[in-house]
Amino acid sequence: MDLSIAALLTQDGITNGAIYALLALALVLVFAVTRVIWVPSGEFVAFGTLTLAGLQLGRTPGTVGLLVAMALVAGAMEVAGCLRRGEPRRIPGRLALWVGAPLAIAAAIVALAPLQAHLAVQVVATLAAVTALGPLLYRIAYQPLAEASVLVLLIVSVAVHFALLGLGLWFFGAEGSRTPPFSSATFTIGAVNVSVQSLLVVATSLLLILALYLFFGRALYGKALRATALNRVGARLVGVSPSFAGALTFTLASLLCAFCGVLIGPITTVYYDSGFLVSLKGFVGAIIGGLASYPLAAAGALLVGLIESFSSFWASAFKEVIVFTLIIPVLLWRSLTTRHHEEDE
Amino acid sequence: MSALLEVADLSVSYGKVEAVHHVALTAAEGSIVTVIGPNGAGKTTMLGAVMGLLPARGSIRYLGEPLERLSVEQRVARGLVLVPERRELFAGMSVEDNLQLGAFARRGEGERAARRALDEVYHRFPRLHQRRVQLAGTLSGGERQMLALGRALMGRPRLLMLDEPSLGLAPLIVKEIFAIVAQLRAGGVTILLVEQNARAALQVADYGYVLETGDVATHGRAADLASDPKVAATYLGIKAA
Repeated sequence: MDLSIAALLTQDGITNGAIYALLALALVLVFAVTRVIWVPSGEFVAFGTLTLAGLQLGRTPGTVGLLVAMALVAGAMEVAGCLRRGEPRRIPGRLALWVGAPLAIAAAIVALAPLQAHLAVQVVATLAAVTALGPLLYRIAYQPLAEASVLVLLIVSVAVHFALLGLGLWFFGAEGSRTPPFSSATFTIGAVNVSVQSLLVVATSLLLILALYLFFGRALYGKALRATALNRVGARLVGVSPSFAGALTFTLASLLCAFCGVLIGPITTVYYDSGFLVSLKGFVGAIIGGLASYPLAAAGALLVGLIESFSSFWASAFKEVIVFTLIIPVLLWRSLTTRHHEEDE
Repeated sequence: MSALLEVADLSVSYGKVEAVHHVALTAAEGSIVTVIGPNGAGKTTMLGAVMGLLPARGSIRYLGEPLERLSVEQRVARGLVLVPERRELFAGMSVEDNLQLGAFARRGEGERAARRALDEVYHRFPRLHQRRVQLAGTLSGGERQMLALGRALMGRPRLLMLDEPSLGLAPLIVKEIFAIVAQLRAGGVTILLVEQNARAALQVADYGYVLETGDVATHGRAADLASDPKVAATYLGIKAA
């Protein structure tokens, strides 16, 4: 291997690693706040790519059907909840939030689809549609079980993963999609070819990470999510309800996944079931961060991207094997060095 | 004075074990009501039920309205604030972040109101101002209690429930905390004070309840309870003549 190949592989690794990093952050965030191991995160990535691909072809993407179906279920659950608590006055407000908003997004996408609008508009529409699925999924699948054990939540996650796979096939069809790159320009630094597309991916990831850092460090809502992750009872006692924190967390996490889907579209062909493998790589990164540390998770995801890229050069057939074998020493190291502690004050 | 909190026939169970049986308690607006009793009498359980953290049977009325159907968060928004025995601070966050989150339920009132509340808390607890960038988990026991109280005050409580605020603290700090409790009452806050330190609690309170194994054993004006020979013998360590 000469230097230029190494540079190319590094560039590839960093580009993919940047995408995995967003996924890893989403997984850590969801686990920290809600204790859910978010297995179906990959489906959100795939839905992101497929939505954008659909819009580019001028077709109404399957996301619309999913949004409408999930909004109706969530709305029915909200109405039942309001009636059970004896608060019929709150029904219109809850319906506006849980049914009105998703339907408005779905309607906007239906109107937008045949227009073949500018790429930036399509990206924003994609992000809005996929992000809206997140809180709906939380409301339907996880909120009723908010007090359940981590194991129960994991089992639910696996079930949701399979359900979304089926729904993905139903709504998006079996054929794969690839979106054109945002830019095909390249330039050279020394002997190395750098693609603008790669730079865009890395820059977007960095910007998102910076935005998350500011949100959690400065904004009251960000602090409320951190507080919920640190001390659930304490958070309730200052008025942060677990269901509010959960819905907000899933909104943020699905936004990150939607970005992943948009960014990964030009790199690989995505099918309705492609997301799982991508999310597993983000998960390896998240595990390196102990499902707790954001910087370690992002660094771990970057490492996964680099290992994947170099192993595809040396031993292409064993690429995935090498990446996932990485998790064994990491788990060993984690279980030997992490002390188990109860939630302290 | 009208009753701010009226608890009637309140029972709380952990599985099959009933920890609080048919308790009745009233807190008049602007008063300090204390609940004293030995370990395991059900004092913390009762506060948990009033706050909505534990499911309970019976009636809890606040400002004349039933509370049973309201969530913890809705109760906080109505001015019921609990400082729990375990403090439940956000250990990995700074003192100032902890305090800002105390005003989460009042986020609709805007930045300026939050800033003013923060300044008031810092004025009351200058130590917290000194420690504002420090992580809450690194504070001493007394400072943690101050932070827990400060965080509760950020929510501008109408009914402040304190669970063992003196637990594990040096006598000088206990005195300081009780002085602050008295000041808060003067500022119009109603206080429900659960304490094992019966002497200090009865000194500062207007009215007292003695809880024993989940039942109200006796209740009355704090001064009367303090001079009740049985209460004095059991909780104040004074031998009956």
